[in-house]
Amino acid sequence: MKNFQNLFLAWIVVWAVFFVYEVSVARRIAHLRDEIERLKRQLREG
Amino acid sequence: MKLRLAGTIAAALLIIFGGYAALFIAPEERTMHEIQRIFYFHLASWITSFTAFFIAFVANVAYLATRRAKWDWLGVAGAEVGVACCTIGLITGPLWARPVWGIWWTWDARLTTTFILWLLYISYLLLRGLIEDPQRRATLSAIYGVFAFLDVPLVYMANRLWRTQHPQPVILGGSGSGLDPMMGKVLLVCVIASFGVMVLVFLDRYRLEQLRYEFEELRQEVESRTVESQSISEKGRT
Repeated sequence: MKNFQNLFLAWIVVWAVFFVYEVSVARRIAHLRDEIERLKRQLREG
Repeated sequence: MKLRLAGTIAAALLIIFGGYAALFIAPEERTMHEIQRIFYFHLASWITSFTAFFIAFVANVAYLATRRAKWDWLGVAGAEVGVACCTIGLITGPLWARPVWGIWWTWDARLTTTFILWLLYISYLLLRGLIEDPQRRATLSAIYGVFAFLDVPLVYMANRLWRTQHPQPVILGGSGSGLDPMMGKVLLVCVIASFGVMVLVFLDRYRLEQLRYEFEELRQEVESRTVESQSISEKGRT
């Protein structure tokens, strides 16, 4: 198939961007959850 | 959680099937041949991008009308997901253009307004990072977001209003436009796959903003308690 390299690259780019973005969002969520837990603990302990 | 897992599996299957259909099932286009198959990923990314920006626009208007934080969360989620989809469109476009036009990029009306759109929403996200006060941040970014969205209809109309290197629209492009029925079906699968992923990412991004709000409230509570206990101990000393 002619230009298959470009085609396959386009398909990879689409899902790689989504994947990297989703991973970054998931990491930010995990970090915030940890921070929220820390603050809650701090409030409980006075 | 089960629904989320089912959604992720469904989106993953659609991605694989969409990719297979675009590369192997869709009929070959007469003039561009195989490289035209990028169209299925390229257009799907633009449809999802415009949808995300539209959601952000509605949320921005709703925030200005109601001042409810939920609309602000929705607005930023829409803008960020829109930027991700816009980035995909801006990468797949040149990958398609190079073998067909012989160049990666040209500053015609469609491409230029699209690049401006991407910059406008990148600026929207940067602007949010620069303002500390949550209410001020939400208000200013909502006003900015409403104006940024004005570029979306301009991008859509650019190759209808002006002569561009970018091809004329094949869908809703008036007489002479249209798509082979099989090409239409493959495009639909790719658009659904793209939408599926967008919804999953969107929900997470919205959740992130919700958690940020929760974090901010807790942080303020901790700070006020610290100040309170400090003033009590100072009074005790005097």
